[in-house]
Amino acid sequence: MKLRLIFAALLMLPLTKLASASQVQERILDNGLKVLVKEDHRAPIVTSQVWYKVGSSYEHGGLTGISHVLEHMMFKGTEKLAPGEFSRIIAENGGDENAFTGRDYTAYFQTMAADRLPISFELEAQRMRYLTLPEEEFLKELEVVKEERRLRTEDDPESLAFEQFNAAAYEASPYRIPIIGWASDLEGLRVSDLRDWYHQWYAPNNATLVVVGDVNPQAVFALAEEHFGPLSAEKVSEPKRRAEPTQRGEKRIRIKAPAKEPYLLMGYKATAIGHAGEEWEPYALEMLASVLDGGSSARLSRELVRGSRVAASAGASFSAFSRLPGMLLLDGIPAKGRDVDELEQALLTQIQRISEEPVAEAELERIRTQLIAAKVYERDSVHAQARQIGSLETVGLGWRLMDEYVDHLSRVTPEQVQAVARKYLIPDNLTVAVLDPQPIEGKGPAPASPGGHARAHQ
Amino acid sequence: MPINRRLMALLSGLLLLLAGLAVQATPRIETWETSKGARVLFVAAPDLPMLDARIVFQAGSARDNGQSGLASLTADLLDQGAGEWDADAIAERLEAVGAELGIEAQRDMASVSLRTLTRQAAMDQALETLAAVIARTRFAASEFERVRANVLIGLNRDEQDPGTLGKKAIYRLIFGDHPYAADPAGTPESVAALSRDDLARFHARHYVARNAVIALVGALTRVEAEAIAEYLTSGLAKGESAPALPPVQDSPSGALERISFPSTQTHIYAGQPGMTRTDPDYFPLYVGNHILGGSGMVSLLMEEVREKRGLSYSVYSYFLPMAERGPFLAGLSTKNDQGQQAREVLMDTIERFRAQGPTQEELAAAIKNITGGFPLRIAGNGKIAQYLAMIGFYNLPVDYLDRFNERVEAVTATAIRDAFQRRIDPARFTIVIVGPDGTALAGREP
Repeated sequence: MKLRLIFAALLMLPLTKLASASQVQERILDNGLKVLVKEDHRAPIVTSQVWYKVGSSYEHGGLTGISHVLEHMMFKGTEKLAPGEFSRIIAENGGDENAFTGRDYTAYFQTMAADRLPISFELEAQRMRYLTLPEEEFLKELEVVKEERRLRTEDDPESLAFEQFNAAAYEASPYRIPIIGWASDLEGLRVSDLRDWYHQWYAPNNATLVVVGDVNPQAVFALAEEHFGPLSAEKVSEPKRRAEPTQRGEKRIRIKAPAKEPYLLMGYKATAIGHAGEEWEPYALEMLASVLDGGSSARLSRELVRGSRVAASAGASFSAFSRLPGMLLLDGIPAKGRDVDELEQALLTQIQRISEEPVAEAELERIRTQLIAAKVYERDSVHAQARQIGSLETVGLGWRLMDEYVDHLSRVTPEQVQAVARKYLIPDNLTVAVLDPQPIEGKGPAPASPGGHARAHQ
Repeated sequence: MPINRRLMALLSGLLLLLAGLAVQATPRIETWETSKGARVLFVAAPDLPMLDARIVFQAGSARDNGQSGLASLTADLLDQGAGEWDADAIAERLEAVGAELGIEAQRDMASVSLRTLTRQAAMDQALETLAAVIARTRFAASEFERVRANVLIGLNRDEQDPGTLGKKAIYRLIFGDHPYAADPAGTPESVAALSRDDLARFHARHYVARNAVIALVGALTRVEAEAIAEYLTSGLAKGESAPALPPVQDSPSGALERISFPSTQTHIYAGQPGMTRTDPDYFPLYVGNHILGGSGMVSLLMEEVREKRGLSYSVYSYFLPMAERGPFLAGLSTKNDQGQQAREVLMDTIERFRAQGPTQEELAAAIKNITGGFPLRIAGNGKIAQYLAMIGFYNLPVDYLDRFNERVEAVTATAIRDAFQRRIDPARFTIVIVGPDGTALAGREP
């Protein structure tokens, strides 16, 4: 066609080279702070992120949600900064800032003009060790977090269903804990609990500083030494191991909440990198999830939404990159005139098919291409690059995996996909949850119900 | 919510874009028309082997002409069968080369966005598919029925979210008879009444070259970009640009709607018609609102509602500038027994700001934030492509960005107070309250 002629002269860089060109530089300060720097000179900006190894999966009963509340309190004053002053200084310097709490991490970031990096470092170093946690600020902020929980969980039936599903699926694994915390645990939280939590986890030897942007790595290391170097290390103990016992049979729950449409959630207990018998297993599960839901051409959209039309929407997801073993998740909403039982059967049939017949080489090839393209697209954002470095490091896998995981995934064979399906995607490993819609009209306020899955941030 | 939030980001990005940094200037925009009459805006970005192409049409729900949901459903069908390919084939052709396609209809515009590698075979296949998607949509009956049924499920799900219910209601009330009143997705009744022929007609009228703007950002030369723009519009009719929309009238004073919902929170929305994309008061209103409720954690509303009183997780105000006056909206959500208190704090803060305007310190901080954050807003091809599409769609001058910073810096506290007093009137605000009956809702009517 015409286009082909036009672009014949276009110079193409080999994609594999692009995908692996991360060039992260690492320095560990004497106090244990790991500093990771990646140069990106496309724009005169920098993102600076501090990642702490603490999140909801470090928590225990009675204190759930504390990591996230502490994240909120990190904006509420240090020995040198009044409450709110952190954000005001960043704003006056044209910065974007926020924070987020996950199961395995709590992270803080600023994106600014590259010459403002010293401001970010000075402020982050302050709150790494010198947070004041004033009680009156805590009491107000706790109310804000409760409002966040109401907004994102209590009044969102699908989110509520996910929270209860998650808690039903896991017995002992701390992944059962909602990131935003159970409502009654938030009620019982005291500022003294936060002080203890802060001192236990917020220290340079439990943190990673990630900088991506228009910077010189040696200058960044020197600047990090200047601001973070004087901070003292803390004795940090790993959280106690709480391994999930073997599930012995399918679990099934219904969640009743005011809603208009049903919602189905299914999860198979699986594994993660560093936990699997065979190193390739988590990667094979990632590829399996992409065979099902790696875009609109993948099987769930093609066969359940467009083909049999049993689903209005259907999804599958799995993350190999977590600190602890997670689940392979399936979810969906039945199409008009179909019900959740039919949708569940259709999803089970999809799982069965993957167990019984090898996936086509073309399907895996499509996913490999998407992975490589995604690595190129990721480079359009310094924030996305830093986030990948920070999360891999913080869940304990190491940033170097960012250069390697595409290769790991690309090596997965159809037989390996089939093998992990047979090993993990079995009925005894399954939890099923159904949102059972209750009438919305003409009812009074719903009782405050426990539970909440959250993508929490400031 | 995500749609509006993205628009806001877009808006602030645009504003910041021209912040006139001495060295790292704004992207160099090249612009021309294709032979069919589509306007093209192009920025060469040679660093990454990728292309962002964004095509926007004056084909948003403001063009529904009484058939609410028509523009949106038309957009939904674009990639569900086009030319010689069915929906499966289109998805396969794009994803097999790692391309990503996004389609969306809002009130003013319908947008089709493609991101692809510039490796030749990949880009060829992606662009060939994109060209078919915009020009040769099939609107097959079977795909139409499926997509419409799923849209109806989405509309039903909207009714289980108190925030979405409130948002739809306040647009209805603010805009009355104007086409901006309707939610782009339509209502269950209006969507059920649409036919595939309605969609085909809408497409034939609005998906035409003279009604389109093409933004291209990527590792291309000007010559290559010209060839791509020419190719993408080759299948479109020349057609005509859509006529101007009717102006937005002031809404009736003090309308109030309560929506009963069994939620743990009460959602409060307050607003009125705001400003156009080319409004003479654009800069004072934009900078003023940045201080009032548009700057996240450091805004006055955040300070009064969240930081001082812990009443809400989210509280904001914004202008959504559109072809005609888009809304000025403020909102929050709080536990039910605080609804009245939160509403009073929200309204008092807006009224006080309108009466007094910002302090010199607040103004200086806002200008530093907006201008200092300028390089962030244009860092990335994807962001630049969105700005280009917006400049083209709303016919802003190509040097608009280059002059932007000086305009922000020229805004004075007096100009903000003056613009707010002329344009914003809390006493006439439309208010929507969603929550359980009774509890939070006692107390004075506005």
